[in-house]
Amino acid sequence: MADKKVGKQTLQFACAPAITSWASIVGPMEGQGPLKEYFDMVLEDNLAPGEQSWEKTEQKLMQHSMELALEKVKILPGDLDFYFAGDLLNQIITANFTARFLSIPFIGLYGACSTLAEGLCMGSIFLDGGFAEKVGVSASSHHDTAERQLRFPTEQGSQRPLTAQWTVTGAGSYVLQKTGTGIVITHATIGKIQDLGESNANNMGTAMAPAACDTIITHLQDLGRKIHDYDLIITGDLGEVGLAVLKELLGSKGYATDRVSDCGVLIYEPQQDVHSGGSGCGCSAVVLNYLLDEMLYKKKYYRIFFVGTGALLSPTSSFQGESIPGIAHGVVLEYR
Amino acid sequence: MEGLLRAFLLGGVICAVGQLLMDLTPFNITPGHILVGYVTVGAILSAVGLYEYLIDWGGAGATVPLSGFGHSLAQGAIAGAKKNGVLGALGGGLEATSVGIAAAVVFGLLVATFFKPKG
Amino acid sequence: MFDEFAAIKKRIKQREKVLKAWADMKPNDKTRIQQDMQKDHQSVLLKEAQVTGDERQQIFSLRREIEEQEQRFQQADGIAFQKRVKKLAPKPNIVKNTILAFLVGGAICMLGQIIYDLFANSGLTEKNASAATAAALVFGGAFLTGLGVYDVLGKFAGAGSIVPITGFANSVAASALEFKREGFIYGVGARLFTVAGPVIVYGTVVSIFIGLIYYLVR
Repeated sequence: MADKKVGKQTLQFACAPAITSWASIVGPMEGQGPLKEYFDMVLEDNLAPGEQSWEKTEQKLMQHSMELALEKVKILPGDLDFYFAGDLLNQIITANFTARFLSIPFIGLYGACSTLAEGLCMGSIFLDGGFAEKVGVSASSHHDTAERQLRFPTEQGSQRPLTAQWTVTGAGSYVLQKTGTGIVITHATIGKIQDLGESNANNMGTAMAPAACDTIITHLQDLGRKIHDYDLIITGDLGEVGLAVLKELLGSKGYATDRVSDCGVLIYEPQQDVHSGGSGCGCSAVVLNYLLDEMLYKKKYYRIFFVGTGALLSPTSSFQGESIPGIAHGVVLEYR
Repeated sequence: MEGLLRAFLLGGVICAVGQLLMDLTPFNITPGHILVGYVTVGAILSAVGLYEYLIDWGGAGATVPLSGFGHSLAQGAIAGAKKNGVLGALGGGLEATSVGIAAAVVFGLLVATFFKPKG
Repeated sequence: MFDEFAAIKKRIKQREKVLKAWADMKPNDKTRIQQDMQKDHQSVLLKEAQVTGDERQQIFSLRREIEEQEQRFQQADGIAFQKRVKKLAPKPNIVKNTILAFLVGGAICMLGQIIYDLFANSGLTEKNASAATAAALVFGGAFLTGLGVYDVLGKFAGAGSIVPITGFANSVAASALEFKREGFIYGVGARLFTVAGPVIVYGTVVSIFIGLIYYLVR
């Protein structure tokens, strides 16, 4: 009997693991956005000082964000039992090389832009299961590494459609402990892949929205809760277009949508000309920093449902005519 | 002066057609599709003798778009076929466009060598 | 065994009737139908694995039928969804885009005409002046790519900066430049032809066809 599982897809944590520390580093574009005050560090260029390539820059972003998070609670990488991390690049190279530097037991994750939520789920499961005392979770993305892998070379003069999203340059890291106060993870809902035939790599919000909708509704049904039991339901990176689709889907099933928002919509100003908003693993990873700050220091929210959304896009399958599968994992964060 | 204006008008129209193709069709058309499409269509129009009229009227307005590249390929192949038969048909197109292709290779390589991608 | 397959075939037919009403079905009914399909699928697959030769071929075609049906059910959700969300996607400003493409594309072609006139007036033959113009424009497109200007131009000019030969040069130079960090052989050397490759391949093939046809009908 799975006694910690509620309903179909939701996990209930007995010990409620605490997020005790977090840190974020972002690129120059995000540093001009409305959330700039909340990031620990802003790069002045899309290349980190002393680095020769964007991939190496992204790796440093992830590593440094984890190190900053560790330093805030005065522990070292070796104090973590396990490290969960992932990114968008082929073979999740950013996470692999970060884990090489940190030199701690490592579980690599790929959930596209849902990676951070996936990591928080996995970390909480390890902690609640009694397999670990402290774990680290990271996710990152870099605009230029993602563009050239998934779409076009960045210098190519192509026109981005209005549904396109801007991959966030940034990394966010989190330290989870088995016991602690402040912000705790009470539940997690593991999502199913939803693919409703969207195949446009420049309209990923629409590809992900059905997955987000399914995870949110399943979560509410599993726990017998209503949308208004949460101060905020925030998705990872649906962008303006995807958020509109999600609201339409939720609305048509009779759910209120006034407390539903999206990290990809929050991270940029409209005049930054990013079209539909932010995307990438780094998007929700750095915006969650802001949300946790708001919860802990400003007591703005007491309970939020954070839903990481991922468009599992591969250029290979896209060229073969496949559509883009979407996935969404959610965690319930409470301030106690 | 009139030549310049004609080049502007014809070139503009040819490019605007490409934009309409990108915006109005449901397909996800990339620069690669546009470039290949224009070369192919240009070559075919040239083979049936239509592209010549465009060049006569608009000059560079018809030769600068990639369809002009297709025109050069087609005319090169036809001229080759006239002169050398099958061998000419095989090599004529590339011969006529060799300067453009070589320039793209060399300048592409030079740019890659001396610049850094800015992102 | 034969009876079993007949029963499965019957179930496939029955399910096919449900497909039309799929969009309005309750989630629980949907799950039940999907599980039925999975059950048939798995049992047929096991049989397929246990036999060889002609027999396997027969069972394979049955499995194929189930798989195709599963796919149809999956797509049924997608079609309804696509219809619903189409109106939520922002539409491009077609008039503005077309005017910008016209202006920028026209300007590049006019520049080409100026360059051509210069070459032609300096005594080059018509053919050579054309080739020299193409080379000069390719240089310009590649150089602006290196400076990081061409992608900014492309952002608002769209096809206006893709269609002219400078756009071709931009595609060549951008791929080469971007993959510099992967080395000069597999990075720059190979990537130079990411976009140039298809253009040259299909251009050449079409021109050869044209040349051959001309040769044959002459």
